[in-house]
Amino acid sequence: MSFIELSNVSLRYDNGYLAVEGVNLSIAQGEFVALVGPSGCGKSTLLRVISGLRPPSTGSATVHGQVVRGPVASIGMAFQNPTLMPWRTVLQNILLPLEVCAQHKRQYRQNPKPYIEAARELMASVGLSGFENAQVWELSGGMQQRASLCRALIHQPEILLLDEPFSALDAFTREELWQAMQVLYMSRKPTVILVTHDLREAVYLSDTIYTMSTRPGKIAYSRKVEFPRPRPLELTYSDDFAHIVRELREQIGGMRTPISGLKGVGA
Amino acid sequence: MKRSRDTLVAAGASVGLFVVWELAVRLFKIPPFVLPAPSQAIESLLPVWGVVMGHAWQTLWTTLAGFGIAVATGVLLGAAVGTSRPLNLALYPILVGFNSVPKAALVPVLVLWFGIGTVPAILTAFLISFFPIVVNVATGLAAVPPELREVLRVLGSSRLEAFTRVSIPFSLPYFFASLKVAITLAFVGAVISEIAASQKGIGYMMTSASSQFNVPLVFGGLLLIALMGIALYALFAILERRLVGWAYRSQNV
Repeated sequence: MSFIELSNVSLRYDNGYLAVEGVNLSIAQGEFVALVGPSGCGKSTLLRVISGLRPPSTGSATVHGQVVRGPVASIGMAFQNPTLMPWRTVLQNILLPLEVCAQHKRQYRQNPKPYIEAARELMASVGLSGFENAQVWELSGGMQQRASLCRALIHQPEILLLDEPFSALDAFTREELWQAMQVLYMSRKPTVILVTHDLREAVYLSDTIYTMSTRPGKIAYSRKVEFPRPRPLELTYSDDFAHIVRELREQIGGMRTPISGLKGVGA
Repeated sequence: MKRSRDTLVAAGASVGLFVVWELAVRLFKIPPFVLPAPSQAIESLLPVWGVVMGHAWQTLWTTLAGFGIAVATGVLLGAAVGTSRPLNLALYPILVGFNSVPKAALVPVLVLWFGIGTVPAILTAFLISFFPIVVNVATGLAAVPPELREVLRVLGSSRLEAFTRVSIPFSLPYFFASLKVAITLAFVGAVISEIAASQKGIGYMMTSASSQFNVPLVFGGLLLIALMGIALYALFAILERRLVGWAYRSQNV
């Protein structure tokens, strides 16, 4: 059995809207998976099911062979917004999970030193050294998102759930963060599920990409990405890379209409 | 540098107001039983300084007692209204209705129940000042972004952990904002009650001075109340800066 297994997961919201339907997915330990698809295809909903924030209407999610029934131990999550707490310094924000996470909180309270050391190292690996005592608003958006990634990883989770964490950033910052993410992934090898609508991001970072169709969300297509790591940023300009991006783009659809057939373009 | 200039502007405006008042009274020869000059108001306090201080102390401590009860009640009610939807639906109409009742009209009732003096003053101060605290605490707690709570829920935190780490710090600026409003209202409440039914306090001093046509002393009393109000407001403003300065960062940039 795989590390994370979704079997026949459907989720219907209270208002009757069917968000995802019949999703089957198996993810191996240490695998980097991307879920891509148009807005509203239920990608984020699937993350919430895996994290235990929402129970599925039918079907089940299992992690480590255990059915998910509530927030799962050892999950780290990063969101589209950095969601840092402005009343805490950057370092205090990163240490926050240790205060509440069942496996760590007692040990952290008794002896916080090694944890603080680990947080500093984590910060250094994403280029945040020297900002330990900075206030959140002193950081740029990209730096806040780096801190958010550190916070998602400080308690050494086996699973990292990323809900479009780079989508609010400008293109250059986003590419920097892809690289930072790759470094973090390679040094810790968590199982990662990245939700994104950026195909280049998905291809650059992941081992397996699943595309989802919309309304209700279903897994439509899967694609392995075999490039060895570390992947240099130049890889994104290679033909092989572009080929995969194009293949995925065609799967998601929307390319069926040729440009010349569009009306009202050029306004 | 910028700070000292700010203080200068604030102090200068107040001094300016008194100068204009003083000059206007002298220039237009307004008789002191209509509008005394500030110098006359202050002068009238000096011969009876000891008695005045006694009254001021009475007003100050009844105000603070009422304010203290208001903070405790306001935080509890605000937490109830801000975190529970049924309690919100049940309590808000009652609270709003209650707050619409003029507190001056309640003083006779309080006197009927508790007699003349300190207790009605404390209660009036409390009744007039707790509402803004309730509203602000409730608003602050209800405004906590769900994403921030989610950060903790994902980690399997208890409700209490999420409350102390997210909800309380997030709503603290709302709470402090309400304290600044509430403390000045508490003075109003205490003085209203003293004017209507008391033999102690600045409010009482003003009514008895007024009945003797000692208008400068009435204004002296008003100045003292204003002074105490400013002092306590400043105290809470400083506490606010110290404790929730993160919420006001844009002003420091």
